[in-house]
Order: sequence, then C-alpha cells, then structure tokens
Amino acid sequence: MTDAINCGLAILILALAAWTIVARDTFSAVVGFVAYGLLLALVWVQLHGVDVALTEAALGSGLTGALLLYAAARLRATEREARAERPGLPTRVAAALVAACVTVALGIAVLALPDPAPTLAPQTAASIATTGVGNPLTAVLVAFRAMDTLLEAIVVLFALIGVWSLAPDRFWGGRPGTLHHSDPDGVLAYFARVLPPIGVVVGVYIFWVGADFPGGKFQGATLLAAMWLLAVIAGLADTPPIGRTWLRAALVAGPVVFLAVGAAGVAFAGAFLGYPDGYAKPLIKVIEWALFPSLALTLALIVAGAPQRSAP
Amino acid sequence: MIDAATLYGLCAALLVGGGVYALIVNPQPLRKIVAFNVIGNGVFVLFGAIAHRGAGFGWGGDPVPQALLITGLVVAFCATALAVALLLRLFDEAGSATLAPDARPPAAPEAGAGER
Repeated sequence: MTDAINCGLAILILALAAWTIVARDTFSAVVGFVAYGLLLALVWVQLHGVDVALTEAALGSGLTGALLLYAAARLRATEREARAERPGLPTRVAAALVAACVTVALGIAVLALPDPAPTLAPQTAASIATTGVGNPLTAVLVAFRAMDTLLEAIVVLFALIGVWSLAPDRFWGGRPGTLHHSDPDGVLAYFARVLPPIGVVVGVYIFWVGADFPGGKFQGATLLAAMWLLAVIAGLADTPPIGRTWLRAALVAGPVVFLAVGAAGVAFAGAFLGYPDGYAKPLIKVIEWALFPSLALTLALIVAGAPQRSAP
Repeated sequence: MIDAATLYGLCAALLVGGGVYALIVNPQPLRKIVAFNVIGNGVFVLFGAIAHRGAGFGWGGDPVPQALLITGLVVAFCATALAVALLLRLFDEAGSATLAPDARPPAAPEAGAGER
C-alpha cells in the first residue's frame, strides 16, 4: 500500500514538474508549480519530515506561489516577445545532454549511498533532555544549531531590505504594492473576512505546539503572513508605509532579541548562543516569541514587494 | 520493491535534471526562477531522503538535516522573492523582461538589426 502511494506520488510530482518545464504559457507553468509544491509536501510526510512538509506547503508552495503568480500576471505582456527567443535545436539538445548527465550522476550517487546511513539522531537523542523541548527539530533549530537559525532570521530581514531597495526613488518610504479593490459582497472579500480568524488561530497553534510536536515559528509565521496578505488583496487592509519607525522596530525586534540572548550566553554560559544550565527552555521560549511576530511581518512584506505608492 | 528513500532520491535526481534543462532552455526570466526552484526542490528532496535513511530513536528521520531543510526552504523563498523583485523592476524600467544581450528598449532602434 505504502509502495503504491510512493510510486503514485513520484509519478505525479515528475509529471507536474515536466508541466512547469514544457508549458507554453508562464502563468500555466506557475499554476502547475503551486500544485507540484503541495504534492511535494506529501512527499515530506512520506519521508517522515512533517515539520518540513508544513514549511513546504506554507512557504514553498503557498507564499512562493503567490509571489510567482503575481509576477506572471504582470509579465503576461512580455510572453509573445519571449517565445521568439526560444533557443534553437542544438542548444536544446546540448541542454538535454547536460541535464541527463546531472541526473545520471545524482542517480548513481543515490544508489551508492553508504549503508548503514550516517546519522546524528543518537547525538540529538542524547542531548535533547538538556533543552527541555520535545520536538527534536526545534531543539536543533534553536539550541544545537542556533547559529544557523540566527543567520537565517537575518537573511530574511536582508531579503526584505533588498526588495525594498528596488523601489524607485520617488516611492521610497511609501506603501508596498498597488491598492487593491474588490467587490465588497464578492467571494474574495467574503473569504478575506471568514478565513483570517481561523488562519490566525491555526498559525498561533502551529507555533505554540512547535516545542513538542511538528510545527514551529516559521510555519506559523507564514500562515499569519498569508492571512494578512489575503486581507490586503481583498482590499480590507492596506500595507503600511515602509518609512514608519514602529514597523522597522517590529521587523528587527526578533533578530535583536536573538542576538542579545546569544551575547548573554558569552557572559553566562561561556559561549555565544550558549544557554546556562536549567535556563535553556525559558531562553528558547524568549527567542521563539520574539522571532514569531517579526518573521510573520517580514515574510508578508517580502511578498508585498517594493514600495509602489507614496505615503499619504 | 525499492525503499522510499531510494525512490524519492531517484525522483530528486530527475527533478534536478529537469530543472537544469528548463533553466537553460526557457527564455523567460520568470521561468528560469521557477526552474531554479525545481532544482532546489530536487536538492531538498535528495537531502530529505538521506535524512530519512538516518532514522532512529523513534524519529522518522535524522533531525539535524531536517532542521537544515527548514532553514533551506526559508532561504530559498527569500532568494526567489529577491529575484522576482529584480525582474519586476527590470520590467518597470525597460518595459520588457528579456535577458537577450542585444535586445534594447525602442530607444535604440539600430540594436534590433542583429536579432534572430
């Protein structure tokens, strides 16, 4: 039974990936990519990575999909011109050869993987009790490999700064995205009223249980961001001007608290991001609670894009 | 029957190959971004399959690579968002989204002579 599910999933994934590659129209290709991302989340469940599955569904398929769909819709006018640039047969044959070589090399590597597989599960199991959390991924993310997560939180912030810096000078400090209007009695406005209360509860729940069960701040924050974007697209809310001081303070609060806890570790635990004995769980909680709102806001504003309107 | 890790590992190899092909062949920059994401997904699935092989202690996979995968997915999203923002700015400035070196906006009419 499991074999049948795995084979069916693999075939569907490859078929949808092929669709995103060969579809004539970019918009159709992106729609295929979103469906493919959702199926990929099922692959993660089959590979026993439920935390990764949640991230893939929310971020890899959801927010990335929204971003790509918006771009595809805006760039629709360039489609005809781009098709004329399609490379000739020799280039395509050469590309196919390169792709085939890469696939065969990776395939051989997969079949030649060492047995028994190297694993850090024993070390994680031996040390997880010192962190006080039950979900091994949370323990790795905020305790054993906290440096990665700190840098990741800063990368997310830098990505937002990068997106903002692409604003034309006259709109600097203005509001991201265009002002959306929708029929106040339409389906979109209806969903934008009904879904966010449910989505916010689910998002906070996923964040809350992340210490002991699959979930966590990234998945929860993505859901909150999606709910806010839904309200923006339906015209029920507007994006804030990026020049606001409160906004900038909220964006950097998470990484700043994370850095402060890390620096305190130098004084009290003898290492950057070290937690003193017995204080690991409260400190992890502080970091998670500080990162969660900052991440939600940052992810939402990354999707909203560069400022396109002057502040009123 | 082959195990799930090998099956999805081979699937990942095909995804990376398909992504490489699409990255070279599709002329639209947005399609290249999608193709790059397909390559990334392939790498992630391969890594996830390897994590699944390291299962133990009641966990279905090695938690360290799985945690790195979450980090990787978030960073991939950021890179995609930055690429899309660059592309939209290019479109706003130039009125087209082509990457062809000899294609210029209508301001330089003689540049169109050598086009395919």
